Amino acid sequence: MSLLSFLFNKETKSASAAKERLQIIIARERNGRAGPDFLPALHQELIGVISKYVKVNPEDIKISLNSQGNLEVLDVNVVLPEDL
Amino acid sequence: MAKIIVVTSGKGGVGKTTSSASFASGLAMRGHKTVVIDFDVGLRNLDLIMGCERRVVYDLINVINKEATLNQALIKDKHCDNLFVLPASQTRDKDALTEEGVERVLNELSAMDFEYIICDSPAGIEHGAVMALTFADEAIIVTNPEVSSVRDSDRILGIIQAKSRRALNGGEPVKEHLLITRYVPKRVEAGEMLSYADVQEILRIPLIGIIPESESVLHASNSGNPAIHIEGSEVSEAYKDVVARFLGEDRPLRYTSYEKPGLLQRIFGGK
Repeated sequence: MSLLSFLFNKETKSASAAKERLQIIIARERNGRAGPDFLPALHQELIGVISKYVKVNPEDIKISLNSQGNLEVLDVNVVLPEDL
Repeated sequence: MAKIIVVTSGKGGVGKTTSSASFASGLAMRGHKTVVIDFDVGLRNLDLIMGCERRVVYDLINVINKEATLNQALIKDKHCDNLFVLPASQTRDKDALTEEGVERVLNELSAMDFEYIICDSPAGIEHGAVMALTFADEAIIVTNPEVSSVRDSDRILGIIQAKSRRALNGGEPVKEHLLITRYVPKRVEAGEMLSYADVQEILRIPLIGIIPESESVLHASNSGNPAIHIEGSEVSEAYKDVVARFLGEDRPLRYTSYEKPGLLQRIFGGK
């Protein structure tokens, strides 16, 4: 059996799994690091400003920063209550 | 002006102190006046690795608190006349490492005509590690070919790029070097260990050397001699290459490929 497994060694090598996992996790962690750190504060202030004029639920204001090619897009999504 | 080099890694146990000791010794052996500072307040070990633990009287915190002068605290190395060790305090809290204090000590060392100041960082990313890298001109990132070490190295690179003086002043960034330690070519070729090329591809900083896994590192620490002094060992040669590359020489990588022992070698043994 060990001879067979020696001849037909199809096991994936663990080093390549390590490399793949590292590439994914490090790319993710670098993104978090490179991103601006003003987002949480901006989020809070937006909630403050919007709720001054409209009665909204804080959970209904979502902001996110995405990159599309060379552009960075700040996406602010506000769900207004129906009985406005 | 002295050049300040931090030896750091994020993760513990990868070979920071071993590398600091050998790198500093190598620079001194090449004729450069060098000092190596232990920043691991509370867990000092550089003194043991350098073999000067019984000669410690004053330490870095004493100098920062002006309880001793640098001349009183510096310990002359037993191998090299132009190498000095500044030990960490074993009893104080690491908060005693103030930024102003560290800066003053580094300036004083620079004024004493030291060419190179090697800062042996503690593990982790907290105050002691940040103090060790704050004033660095160059950084040696010690990394094992293993997932947690590579990830932590990336983390510490982020901290260097965010918190070092050079980063905050917006001038020339800290020059980063990758030092891979505990490398086992046989396991790399068997696909069981990340290759140096893999690690370099992930971390994206220039490679300054590869130190093979070796029994001589333990022999060296047992006897209190930096591994670079174990003449004829692969580790000693690999550290000498690192020092030469740091000084601008072109040295090909060694000890990175595994040669299967020949039949005769297998029968008669020997290395």
